[in-house]
Amino acid sequence: MIVSKDQIEAHGLTLDEYKKIKEYLGRDSNLLELGIFSAMWNEHCSYKSSKVHLKKLPTKNNIVIQGPGENAGVIDIGDGDAVVFKIESHNHPSFIEPYQGAATGVGGILRDVFTMGARPIALMNSIHFGSPENPKTKNLLSGVVSGIGGYGNSVGIPTVGGETKFNDTYNENILVNAMAVGLANKNKIFYSKAKGLNKAVVYVGSKTGRDGIHGATMASAEFDDNSEEKKPTVQVGDPFTEKLLLEACLELMKDNSIISIQDMGAAGLTSSSIEMASKGKLGIELDLNKVPCRENNMTPYEMMLSESQERMLLILDDNKEKEAKKIFDKWDLDFVVIGKTTDTNRLILNFDSKKVADIPIPALAEKAPMYERKFMLKKLKKEKIEINNLKKIKIDDALLKILSSPNHSNKNWITDQYDQSVMCDTIQKSGGDSAVIRIHNKDKAIAISVDSSASYCKADPKNGGKQIVAENWRNLISVGAKPMAITNCLNFGSPEKPEVMGEFVDCINGIKEACEFLNFPVVSGNVSFYNETKSKSIDPTPVIGGIGIINDLNKIRNIMTKKNGNVIIVIGKTIGHLGQSAFIYENFSMKDGPPPEINLLNEKNNGLAVLDLIKNGIAESVHDISSGGMLVALAEMSMSSGLGLKINKPKKLKNIYEYFFGEDQGRYLIEVSKNNLKNLELFLKKNNIFYEIVAEVQNDTFELESLFSIKTKNLQIYNNQWYNSFNAIN
Amino acid sequence: MMKSSVIVFPGSNCDRDIAVALKKLQFKNSMIWHKETELPKSDLIVVPGGFSYGDYLRSGAIAAKSNILSEVVSAGKKGSLILGICNGFQILIECGLLKGALLRNSGLKFISKDIQVKILSNKSKFFNKYELGEVLKLNIAHNEGNYFTSKDHLNELEDNELIPIKYCDENGKINLKSNPNGSMNNIAGIFNNTKNILGMMPHPERMSDKILSNENGLGLFLSIMN
Repeated sequence: MIVSKDQIEAHGLTLDEYKKIKEYLGRDSNLLELGIFSAMWNEHCSYKSSKVHLKKLPTKNNIVIQGPGENAGVIDIGDGDAVVFKIESHNHPSFIEPYQGAATGVGGILRDVFTMGARPIALMNSIHFGSPENPKTKNLLSGVVSGIGGYGNSVGIPTVGGETKFNDTYNENILVNAMAVGLANKNKIFYSKAKGLNKAVVYVGSKTGRDGIHGATMASAEFDDNSEEKKPTVQVGDPFTEKLLLEACLELMKDNSIISIQDMGAAGLTSSSIEMASKGKLGIELDLNKVPCRENNMTPYEMMLSESQERMLLILDDNKEKEAKKIFDKWDLDFVVIGKTTDTNRLILNFDSKKVADIPIPALAEKAPMYERKFMLKKLKKEKIEINNLKKIKIDDALLKILSSPNHSNKNWITDQYDQSVMCDTIQKSGGDSAVIRIHNKDKAIAISVDSSASYCKADPKNGGKQIVAENWRNLISVGAKPMAITNCLNFGSPEKPEVMGEFVDCINGIKEACEFLNFPVVSGNVSFYNETKSKSIDPTPVIGGIGIINDLNKIRNIMTKKNGNVIIVIGKTIGHLGQSAFIYENFSMKDGPPPEINLLNEKNNGLAVLDLIKNGIAESVHDISSGGMLVALAEMSMSSGLGLKINKPKKLKNIYEYFFGEDQGRYLIEVSKNNLKNLELFLKKNNIFYEIVAEVQNDTFELESLFSIKTKNLQIYNNQWYNSFNAIN
Repeated sequence: MMKSSVIVFPGSNCDRDIAVALKKLQFKNSMIWHKETELPKSDLIVVPGGFSYGDYLRSGAIAAKSNILSEVVSAGKKGSLILGICNGFQILIECGLLKGALLRNSGLKFISKDIQVKILSNKSKFFNKYELGEVLKLNIAHNEGNYFTSKDHLNELEDNELIPIKYCDENGKINLKSNPNGSMNNIAGIFNNTKNILGMMPHPERMSDKILSNENGLGLFLSIMN
């Protein structure tokens, strides 16, 4: 049977691409083969539009054990321990079915981490929704949050933080990015590369059903009016089976029977088998009659393209099947040998004793199309925000407006639905600059932060790209961690549009520059294109997930002010940049101006100085200054302890709105006791670090000289109200 | 040396946490897989938290029918000390060792946060190291912790000091506002009639390490050792 033009297009392939397929096969393809090509050549699996640009990112240094290209990145944290981590998007499915979309996003990223031999120790996320006024937002928010919680809580991995943002750019395309972090023995990392001939290919985990067929293809296209009809392409998660699969895999990994292992994620059995064979330069032959099926009469097409969750493919060493099967039997999971490795370099599928597909593997992997898409770089906004042209507003009203806005409100409504404490190693939960997780049984910890700044990236993609890396670095420093490496999730519109591609290219340039300068390599990541509906793209939203290391558990800091009489200083220069700030957005609904400049040299010097101040015990609490500027950061420190602050007006004549709400980069607030103030000043002067004294901790009142005075308790009330009123059951 | 056994079901996920806390206090602990048919001699049996069998059917319902549970039930009837935490509490109710029911939280959402409980009775093997009226900060993480029982049974619990802990605020006030899940009379944990079996929703093992939080939960294990 020869496939038709309609079938080719329905599979998201162009006629030119089909011509290539014919060339590789030396004949027309059948429908099953077409499905396999479509699954492997779609944007989600092939990175065909992004590959050329991703190559520019720095991915190596002396601590990187495994960079991009495997299930997750791996870094060396000393003492024989390795941290395995990755962030991935599940945007399209979550918009169609928020609970299952988000839940399976978490499930997928957990498998990426434990496939490599790591026990997951923390989950993080970055979720973006449309405007709260959009009628869909409320349902999407509650569905996504309970999906993330429902999965992570059940598997028993703490979800310790992340970010939640609202902006009308996501009205028809929400973002759900999930990050998992695991801990492994540095010498026992497992990879997906197959080795050896005639080795058993083993299917383990859940049975294959008809869910998620063509999920990856769906995620490689924009939405239209009929996106609701795509619901059947969303997978259904089963965290219970995931937990069993996790324990069974880790138990099997204790000895040396696994040669290679790959989870069945996007494009299921197709991509996992091809990836293993392709990396090992081998062929693979599968007997599809042996695939455990959940439903009757499943066809080879359905089996190969199903994205049923909680499944893995293993290649075992000779004579290890019996012992391995015992482990999977103990956990009541399927364990079936479905094929073997061959030297043909081809994917051969048999069903009912007939060969039903025969494809050269390179055609599905390295020979997959790669595009150098046209891109157009953006004309940047240059105009400065003139504060005198804005309508007059009282400074305390402006502050309260920001603190009670959806993007700056306290997120307990969300985080109380996540088990943050299971595994008993959570030192710092969400709500601070980074989460801190102890390395089990050791006196050290890692810090994790997830960040994005879409409005900065929209206004200036390159600077925005730099800024998120720098902000992530700052968040890790603020808890006392030495930043080590990052993972990134690049959420963009259609790569077929030159202006979107331009944003993508420039964001990558920015990320590259910052990562290189800060020695902060990218070890894993994911690209999500086609976040657009009816030709309207989202703002460029690269998300950065960073890991830092803390070697002394007594030198961990948080944002809570500690003691009356202590002094707060700001490190880094305040110029008063209001372009793209929360101040103009929340108070005047403006998205104008360029984002703040990033000076990487200052960024590095200031950060390293803060780390020293934490190490030598001078800094009692630390908070980085980001969205909302200095006054919002001061309020956050105050609200988290309940203590008040007496804030000084700037000494030199500066506009107080610019001074207190400007989003100049590279700045930190540090709390220090009066006894240590001299030492601190000496240290900073010696290191040429700019600083100013801005406030003093006091009892329970948050005040700015003669301008305003408000009880900290009332700040908390403003900060706590939005989520509860938005989600109130009426 | 005290001996303890922690029962492990598929889907248990606080088993390691409780084992760490027990080992910290020098318990000689064994992890007992649910398919086992014999329990080692133990001074304490713990049914840990988690999502045994994915909470499918009803939280704790499937675990209550497992091989090892019949051993736990007969040990309990003979007077062994049994502690069920969170999902463990749900299992102890499902298998009939404790009476009542744990309904879905009144807010219809999973709740995970630090809460306070007040010690209302310290005359038991589990709470004798605490002061009467002491307020502890513990952590909860559950979907179904809303304790419900008949009026008669509730009176029985209240009259016989079978409710050792109730949810309260920082100042020890037991009221509607300090009730996180809608539980009757703010009940956070209950005993059987002979006080050798305790079920509680808060996790004492999560408050057993200063670097993470506090050590409010350790008193429970120290009481058992006392």
